[in-house]
Amino acid sequence: MAIKVVQRRPLSLAERTYLPQILAGLKVTWDNLRRPPVTLQYPDERPTIPQGYRGVPTLVRDPHGREKCVSCQLCEFVCPPKAIRITPGEISETAENTHVEKAPKEFEINMLRCIYCGLCQEVCPEEAIWLQNQYSMTGRTREEMVNNKAKLYELGGTLPDSHYKWDKKKAEAEKQKHAHH
Amino acid sequence: MEQILNDLVLSPAWYYTAARGLLVIVVLMSIAAYSVLLERKASAWIQGRVGPNRTSHPVIAWIPFLGTFLMKGGFIQPAADGLKFLFKEDALPGHVRKITYILAPCVALAPALIALVMLPFGELPNGKIITLCPGADVGVLFMFAISSLGVYGIALAGWSANSKYPFLGAVRGSAQLISYELAMGLSVLTVFLATATPQENNALSLVSMVKAQTGIWNVFVHPIAALIFLICIFAEANRHPFDMPESETDLVGGFHTEYGAFKFGLFFVAEYSHMVIGSSLFILMFLGGWHILPWVPTIGTGVVASLLGLAAFFIKLAAFLFFFVWVRWTVPRFRYDQVMRIGWRVLLPIAVANLIVYFLWYAFKG
Repeated sequence: MAIKVVQRRPLSLAERTYLPQILAGLKVTWDNLRRPPVTLQYPDERPTIPQGYRGVPTLVRDPHGREKCVSCQLCEFVCPPKAIRITPGEISETAENTHVEKAPKEFEINMLRCIYCGLCQEVCPEEAIWLQNQYSMTGRTREEMVNNKAKLYELGGTLPDSHYKWDKKKAEAEKQKHAHH
Repeated sequence: MEQILNDLVLSPAWYYTAARGLLVIVVLMSIAAYSVLLERKASAWIQGRVGPNRTSHPVIAWIPFLGTFLMKGGFIQPAADGLKFLFKEDALPGHVRKITYILAPCVALAPALIALVMLPFGELPNGKIITLCPGADVGVLFMFAISSLGVYGIALAGWSANSKYPFLGAVRGSAQLISYELAMGLSVLTVFLATATPQENNALSLVSMVKAQTGIWNVFVHPIAALIFLICIFAEANRHPFDMPESETDLVGGFHTEYGAFKFGLFFVAEYSHMVIGSSLFILMFLGGWHILPWVPTIGTGVVASLLGLAAFFIKLAAFLFFFVWVRWTVPRFRYDQVMRIGWRVLLPIAVANLIVYFLWYAFKG
């Protein structure tokens, strides 16, 4: 490989006076001054949230209004700061979706602990927990900063579902039942 | 007693003088306050930000268009800042030397106000000069003598604070002032050598300096002296890139680290007043004072001419204050040893050489 010798020439007189550099710098700042500001006037103007933004974690329902969480507690176990606490519960025999068997009785995310890492969303086998576009979370007490189940569903709303996993399972089970008879 | 009463209290001349003094102090204070605003706004523009645009008062906000304009332009901000300084708790740290600690801000501000006495702003139609102290022959000498006293405030503040960073700031400030005063004086001498004539007895007056610039401004005749003087007033006013006494990155806040509330506010006003005085001196000595354009000495006659002249002076002043701010957000601070090297090994020899060259030139020209 050829050796390239870097030219280390001494500074010229003009360079040693600093003045051309200072003038060039003044030109740079002048050009910057004439550009429009990039500031967002925050409370008045809100930022546009990009796709896939990791905001406050929420619980979502499928388009039929069924709660997707089955309280498997994977998110609770994976959560690095231990912000999630789930109290698992049974779905009653008489309910329409009784074949899902389990749903959370209580689901709490402590937003004072949450680090918005998104591992809960990544680990969820039901696609029930989503970090959505809410970026600002305020409260006057520590209790207010803990999102309970009702709050999580209110924040989460409904997301489109391409699987309908439990509907398919139900249909499959019924088909099997008919096939046996 | 009655004589003193008559002379001092009841004499209309006294009230006239007091009113003029008050007017100039109010004008200087508001120029200093609004140059803080200029600093904040211009730095915001340079950095792609908006700057102060929220502060308002319900009564002002109620005025249809002007209110919004004043709020967006941040014009109420200096008043809010001043009030904040006034109402903050004026803490007196336990470890300071109390008398000098309290004295220092006053010592810093007083020279700035006193130096202002000699500044001429414009010319009245009858040939009188708009200034606080008319007819003083020693104008520029007095201003240099007094405005250099401002560093006593810095030195006292640094010493009385009894802590290492203010002390270092004060030492640097004093050393810097001594180094740059020389080059500054020599560059000024060059200009006065050219304009002052032996017949006149007001050789050092700023007024005769401005009058000598009718037609062509000194900045075109003495570009090197102008450049040296320009660099030196940046150093004298402790502005970037020479803000040695403050240098907040390495000395916390420099000489005013231990100060807060209104005492800090006084230092702040003093710094900006020094900026105003330095800019005014440069304008009067090199940029034609109240002449409007280099080759157009006067436009109009009588009152119009003097008003235009006054406006020209203040427009130049505003532009120069903007230049101070512009340079601050462009050039990073020199290291302390670099500052000393520039002062002693670059500016001083150039100033001396410049003086000698002009000296010989005038000697041979006769």
